[in-house]
Amino acid sequence: MRSGNAGNGMGKKTTTKRTESEVKRVLYERPRALLDVHTHYCAGCGHGTMHRLLAEVLEELGVLEQAIGVAPVGCAVLAYDYVDIDWTEAAHGRAPAVATGLKRVHPDKVVFTYQGDGDLASIGMAETIHAANRGENITVIFINNAIYGMTQGQMAPTTLIGQKTKTTPRGRDPETTGYPLKVCELLDQLVAPVLLARTTVVTPKHVRQTKALLKKAFQCQMENVGYSLIEVLSPCPTYWHMTPMEAYHFIEQTVTDSFPLGVIRDVKDRA
Amino acid sequence: MAERMALTGNDSAAYAFKQINPDVVAAYPITPQTELMHKFAAYVADGEVKTEFVPVESEHSAMSAVIAASLAGARACTATSANGLALMWEMLYIAASCRCPIVMPVINRALSAPINIHCDHSDTMGARDTGWIQLYSENCQEAYDNALQAVRIAEHPDVMLPVMVCLDGFILSHTLEGLEANDDETVRNFIGEYERSDNLLDVERPQTFGAFALQNYYFEFKKQQADAMQEAPAVIDEVGKEYGELTGRSYGRLDPYRCDDADVIVVGLGSSMGTAKQAVDDLRDEAGLKCGVLKIRCFRPFPGDLIRQALQNAAIVGVMDRAVSFGLGGPLFHEIRSARYGGDGPMLNFIYGLGGRDLSLDLAKDVFRNLAEAKDSGQVEPVVRYVGLRE
Repeated sequence: MRSGNAGNGMGKKTTTKRTESEVKRVLYERPRALLDVHTHYCAGCGHGTMHRLLAEVLEELGVLEQAIGVAPVGCAVLAYDYVDIDWTEAAHGRAPAVATGLKRVHPDKVVFTYQGDGDLASIGMAETIHAANRGENITVIFINNAIYGMTQGQMAPTTLIGQKTKTTPRGRDPETTGYPLKVCELLDQLVAPVLLARTTVVTPKHVRQTKALLKKAFQCQMENVGYSLIEVLSPCPTYWHMTPMEAYHFIEQTVTDSFPLGVIRDVKDRA
Repeated sequence: MAERMALTGNDSAAYAFKQINPDVVAAYPITPQTELMHKFAAYVADGEVKTEFVPVESEHSAMSAVIAASLAGARACTATSANGLALMWEMLYIAASCRCPIVMPVINRALSAPINIHCDHSDTMGARDTGWIQLYSENCQEAYDNALQAVRIAEHPDVMLPVMVCLDGFILSHTLEGLEANDDETVRNFIGEYERSDNLLDVERPQTFGAFALQNYYFEFKKQQADAMQEAPAVIDEVGKEYGELTGRSYGRLDPYRCDDADVIVVGLGSSMGTAKQAVDDLRDEAGLKCGVLKIRCFRPFPGDLIRQALQNAAIVGVMDRAVSFGLGGPLFHEIRSARYGGDGPMLNFIYGLGGRDLSLDLAKDVFRNLAEAKDSGQVEPVVRYVGLRE
C-alpha cells in the first residue's frame, strides 16, 4: 500500500506539504572544516582520508572553534590549507613541544599535532617521548608511511627491513640502519600516556575504526584524561613504487606484520 | 682524461664526493640538498665508493657523527641546507674548534619563518662566525671544483678547519649545466690521503677532544683557532693555483670581472654574480657604463685587504646581500665597508632575492643604474635598498 488514501473510503487527499529539508535526508556531505580545494597529495595517499576524518571528528565533537592543530614538516606541512581550523607551523620535529606550550596556556582549547614518521619518530623523537612522558593533555596523530615522503622517499626509522628507499637502494639492512621503530610500543613503556593505538585507513572497516579511535583520543583530551597518540599506517604509493591498490594491500599483507594493528594502551579500559 | 658532463649542482657535488670517496658520510634529507645524498647513496649501494654511509635521524646527529669520524682519523663529509644547518649550530662550532677538516656542501636556502624552501644566504651568513671556511659557488662547475679544493684546504696541516661549499638552492642545485669533471686519478692524486696526526684511535698516544677548559685555557684554544684561520688564505690561494695547473681552472679568493676601468662595481656572492656579469656586458654595450663585478668566492676567512685593493679605483660600490642582519643591513656590505674604512668612496647596499625571489637581468641592470645615478647625484641615502620587493 503506497497511498495514504487507501482505506479512508473518501478518496480525498490528506497529505500535507513537506519542506524540502524534510524530504531530503543528508546521508553524506563534506565536513564543514574540510575545504573544497585540491590537495597536493598523491593519488592513493592516506592523508586525504585522515584529513577528512579529522574534520568529521572535530565537527561531531563540536570543537571546530576550539581546535588548534600543529602542522609538521613533511607531506602534511600544508594541512592548514585543507582543514579550516586554527593551525600553527612548527619547526621539524618540534610539534609536541609547540603543542605543550599552546595547551598549557589555553587548557580550554583542543590541541593536537599531526605528524609523519620523519617528523615524529626521527628528528623529533626527543620531543615525542618527553611530551608523552610528561603526560601532556594533547592528542598526537601519527601518520606512519614507513618512508620520508616529502623529501622524495628516503629511509625513515619506520622503514621495513628490506624495503628499498633512496638512501637504502638495496633495501634496509638492520646491520647498518637498525629496525623499524615501533612508536606505540616504545611509548607503552612510559607511565603517563592514556591512549596508544595503531590503526590504518586501507579498508572502510579500518577507516571506521580509525575514526572511532580518533574521537576517543580527542575525548581523552577534552575530559582532561591525558596524552593520547593514534598511529595510522598510511600508504605512500609514490615512494613505495606501487599503484594505490597495491599499496593498500601491502599495508594489510606486509606492513602490519612489522606494525601490528590494535589498541596498545587504553587507560580507560584498564580502570 | 677530463670529461664533459651535464650535471645539476647537487649532482656535481655528489660526483665530487664519489671521487673524494670519503670514509664516512652521515646525512639527513632536507630540500634542496636531498638529491645530493640520493645520488651519493646510489654510489654507496653500487659499490662505487667505500664510504660508510649513515642515514641518521637529524642534522644535529649528522654533524655529531662526522665530527667523531673525523677525530677518529676518517675523511668525513655531509651536506645540508637552511634549517638543517641551523639544527647543526651547536656542532658547527665544535667541528671547527676540534679542528675537524670536514667538507660540507650547503645548498643555500631561506630559514623559517615563514617556511620557505628556496634560495637565499641567511643560512650560511648566520654561520659566518662558527669558525668554518666558506667558499661560494657561481655555477655547477664551481660547486664541483670548490668541493674538491675544499678537501685540500681543510686538511692542510696549517689549517685543519672545516669548509662549507655554498651553492644556491634550486638555482644551482636543481639546474642542469655543462661542466668539466676531472678523471678519478687526477682527483685521487690531487686530494691525497688524509692522515690525522692526533688520531683519536691512536692507542699509543691517547687523546681527548673537546674536554673542559675554563678560564685557564679556553682563551688560548680560541687564539689558536683564530691563528689557523689566518693561515687559510695562503693555503686557499696555493690550492686554487695548483688546481688551475691541473685542470686549467684556477681559483683565487676573489673573481673580478671587468673591474680594471670600472667606475661602478657590484660585489656579491653566488649564482647572481653570473647575472650581474651579463648586466655588465649589456650596460657597457648599450649605455657605455663603465661597470664591473667583484665576485667573492671565499667569504671566510674574509679577504678584506684584497677587496679594498680591488675596489680602490671605483667611484661607487654596490654590495648585494642575499641575507639581512636585522638591525644592521646586509652582512656582506658591513664587512666590506669595514674593510674599506678610512676614506674610500661611497657604497650602497642592495638586499635582494630573499626566499628565492628572482634576480632577473633587468633587476641586476637596475642595480647598476641606481649606483650610476647615486654617483652622479651624490645622493646616497638610503644606504640600504631592496631589489625586486613587492611593496
